[in-house]
Amino acid sequence: MSAQARTIGLFALVGVLIILTGVLQSWNTALLILNMGLISAIMALGVNLQWGFAGLFNIGVMGFVALGGLAAVLISMPPTTTAWAAGGARVLLGLLTGAATIVAAILVQRRMAPERNRSLATLAVLVLGFILYRFVFDPAVDAIEDVNPAVTGYLGGLGLPILLAWPVGGLLAAGAAWIIGKTALGLRSDYLAIATLGIAEIVIAVLKNEDWLTRGVKNVIGLPRPVPREIDLQQNADFIERAQGLGLDPVTASSLYVKLGYSVLFTVVLVILLVLAQLALKSPWGRMMRAIRDNEVAAAAMGKNVTKRHLQIFILGSAICGIAGAMMTTLDGQLTPASYQPLRFTFLVWVMVIVGGSGNNFGAVLGGFLIWFLWVQVEPLGLAFLQLITAWLPEQNALRLHLLDSAAHMRLLTMGIILLLVLRFSPRGLIPER
Amino acid sequence: MDFLNALVALSNFVLIPAVAYGAQLALGALGVTLIYGILRFSNFAHGDTMAFGAMATILVTWALQGAGITFGVLPTALLALPVGIAVTALLLLATDKAVYQFYRRQKAAPVILVIVSMGVMFIMNGIVRFIIGPDDQRFGDGARFIISARDFREMTGLREGLAFKTSQGITIVVAAIAVIALFWFLNKTRTGKSMRAYSDNEDLALLSGINPERVVMYTWLLVAALATTAGVLYGLDKSFKPFTYFQLLLPVFAAAIVGGLGNPVGAILGGFVIAFSEVMFTYAWKKVLTYLMPEALEPSGLVQLLSTDYKFAVSFAILVIVLLFRPTGLMKGKAV
Repeated sequence: MSAQARTIGLFALVGVLIILTGVLQSWNTALLILNMGLISAIMALGVNLQWGFAGLFNIGVMGFVALGGLAAVLISMPPTTTAWAAGGARVLLGLLTGAATIVAAILVQRRMAPERNRSLATLAVLVLGFILYRFVFDPAVDAIEDVNPAVTGYLGGLGLPILLAWPVGGLLAAGAAWIIGKTALGLRSDYLAIATLGIAEIVIAVLKNEDWLTRGVKNVIGLPRPVPREIDLQQNADFIERAQGLGLDPVTASSLYVKLGYSVLFTVVLVILLVLAQLALKSPWGRMMRAIRDNEVAAAAMGKNVTKRHLQIFILGSAICGIAGAMMTTLDGQLTPASYQPLRFTFLVWVMVIVGGSGNNFGAVLGGFLIWFLWVQVEPLGLAFLQLITAWLPEQNALRLHLLDSAAHMRLLTMGIILLLVLRFSPRGLIPER
Repeated sequence: MDFLNALVALSNFVLIPAVAYGAQLALGALGVTLIYGILRFSNFAHGDTMAFGAMATILVTWALQGAGITFGVLPTALLALPVGIAVTALLLLATDKAVYQFYRRQKAAPVILVIVSMGVMFIMNGIVRFIIGPDDQRFGDGARFIISARDFREMTGLREGLAFKTSQGITIVVAAIAVIALFWFLNKTRTGKSMRAYSDNEDLALLSGINPERVVMYTWLLVAALATTAGVLYGLDKSFKPFTYFQLLLPVFAAAIVGGLGNPVGAILGGFVIAFSEVMFTYAWKKVLTYLMPEALEPSGLVQLLSTDYKFAVSFAILVIVLLFRPTGLMKGKAV
């Protein structure tokens, strides 16, 4: 009972913090924190599934989140018909060639007897396949990127509703997780960590460089939205009237309305995933996962297929991160590959899970909200703190100016200190696993 | 003649840069591998340790330059390096006392220490950005080239120039000295031997009266020296930017793992394997091939296998291939 009271109390505390932000700063900021908090909570759920349930050390969260963002573009943007005509079919053919090469190489490895001829054959298949792939692929890419590069220069998407991108983002991430899991899950935990770190960097490199797919660093902006645009609301007579009825000016009211719309959508997703995760945790499957986590050898001796179960939960957790990534790109309304940074999208999510309590879904969700709140608020608080301690220095003092300038970097410092303090004094997190 | 030109172009754009980069990675990987061998965890804060060491050295360099002290044709940063190492060593020893020691006494699982090192990574990253800011810093001075491309062309009469930057020369020399000193220390001194004993078999080492805290302290001192040197050399050769150093974590770890975690010789080998493959896969071979091929076969494209931005993909692919075929690395590593 006291554990339950503690959970409720902590969630109430986060609620109060967000409401205080609304009262003291602005409701706009409060809703911004709430929306990203919801998304962070979903990412934390995904990582908790992998780390808390199964003990898998995945530090490639950023890659899966970015794949979700890619899904948002591929589903919702209108197709660039001229670009498709210029090289769409050839690009697809090129990708097929690449995939066929890899499959052929794997087949050679499997079918031939393990001797020198096999290595030579594999190498030959790979080299020939690569040359063929570049031969088919490169001209198509050039053709596509030449189509009106200032505005499009990429294939565009399918022009479907963006809400569809959320599950598709999950599927895309799941597909990537399957490939990674197949190769890397047999490895030791440190190796898996480095492997996932590498995959995440590669995903970002692809998003940044494959302009035909994502416009690269030119960014895709103006994604369709699942909620109305502020500008439309402000011209809607009915809406203006209701806003005035509440004593709000139309501009503020429209922005709050849109953000609340997102909050509702995100809350629905979070609740669904949380319920599913709780059901999974309490089911025989969840108990088996924890048994494998706590003692792999014993679980294997009981006839559990450890590798398969690991692959399964790795895919599930990554899919959840992909869903969160698609939601985040929807909220931003744009895909900016250069904005994905491991500290923000991988390691911060880890701080959320550890601080909240790994192995406990409510803990992960709480961590998501709490750490995101701190991540946003540490900057103004840090600035105020630095102003306070440098108040005795003259206005133009170099040290004072430098310190005030650097206030933004207090974030990283604070996150590190929070993580270390929790690990030391409450290693099982704020809401420990039961 | 064409063959010589091809050879010069190859050295200029592939061999020399890859050797310098390989030496920097090897120094980084040696630090990672020492921590893994003796403290038994993968230290994710290593990239930021390199950044901190480089930053400390840069600040001292600026102070020296401000006081009008330079090192002639060599970069002033080399004069500042010992101070940078000392400052980094103090930071690492303090971190060990405040953070890692507690978990060592508890005999915490290695993965817990990895997560702890994530916290340390955040803090060090924050400190570096707090003090020097997130932007690019240049701090190299002295002569830029040992041989410039122009001098080389005049000297030899070849069409291709060979530029040998001072930073590359210094990297190779300093890295060689550091590695020789490290191996002398590990193999010849009493402390070095006790470190190797502790790494091979902790219980046996404790039984024979080796003081574990002393071993750990020397490890951190060595790591400070290696990481700072690696950071400063990389900064002199390219430039100093905190985020780049954080990203070095991947190739450095790839080098250490490819060579075999916990194995110092492997770390050096791994560093060069990773560096050479990165440079060779992302270099546009057109120039070299134009000299070598008969005119009819001259390549029309750049003959670049992968764009430079995919260099992470190269270190990663090498890593996966090595792990699939030799799970403990090229040289035998250890597993905790």
